[in-house]
Amino acid sequence: MGHVSVAAPVEIERPESAEETFAVPEPDVPWVTLVHNDPVNLMSYVTYVFQAYFGYSKDKAHKLMLDVHQKGRAVVSSGSREEMERDVQAMHGYGLWATLTQDRN
Amino acid sequence: MAGHFEATPGGGAAVALDEVEIAILRSLAVQLLELIGPGDEPAEGEDPLAALFAEGPSEPPTDPALARLFPEAYGDDDKELREASAEFRRFTENDLRTRKREDALAVVRTLDALGPVGDDGAVLSLTADQCRNWLGSLNDLRLTIGTRLEVSDEDEGQDGSLYRLPDSDPRKPMVMAYLWLGALQETLVETLMP
Repeated sequence: MGHVSVAAPVEIERPESAEETFAVPEPDVPWVTLVHNDPVNLMSYVTYVFQAYFGYSKDKAHKLMLDVHQKGRAVVSSGSREEMERDVQAMHGYGLWATLTQDRN
Repeated sequence: MAGHFEATPGGGAAVALDEVEIAILRSLAVQLLELIGPGDEPAEGEDPLAALFAEGPSEPPTDPALARLFPEAYGDDDKELREASAEFRRFTENDLRTRKREDALAVVRTLDALGPVGDDGAVLSLTADQCRNWLGSLNDLRLTIGTRLEVSDEDEGQDGSLYRLPDSDPRKPMVMAYLWLGALQETLVETLMP
């Protein structure tokens, strides 16, 4: 334990202005999960995934599936980067081709 | 019930399969397991917990079918995105491989549990959880075979070129399997629709 030192709170009070300079300005731009069209996945399966994972209604899931199929891709969810990474990971688990991107539009 | 899944009470599903169908499904699931690769079993004398913290690969697989099963999360349009994809892959691909392996293993095990199959075939009954394993694995199989066959949008539908291959075409058996798996998956999805 010789080298382990317990950090003593030398100075816990910091002026507010100094605190602010440390805050990284987080651009208020949401991230989105995109599902891309592919020629293999069944339309019914894609609709099922949107219902089962996102809890979307049958109508909404069906519409999103058609967007993917007809427009080549669709935004299926939006939120923080961490949330979208979770959604993309889940989509890959289901075998859907998904990516996340920062929505700059 | 022959050739298609039907819902059973309790959220499960059942399908009648003959001996040949069982053999094909099992063989395909085993091939999928071989493609996905063995689990990261700790080597002899190694800390089994180390596997839990082991990082996955950062490069996309070179095999096109594997690349489809494990896609780039941020796309690959520029260097920055490729780096983000690589980092995502390091932390997620091992889990994804584990999940796909478990799905395929469940297919093999449920088929093996059927025991000796007579001339009349057998009825495969799946629990709700096993249905999800099967759904995942049928999809992985179709993605894999579809990539190998280079299936495109033009192949879709009853008028698609996949349906009109001459018997002499070397791709014919694989195409038949691909279409059959699609029909199986379609009926399984129907039983699971919330």
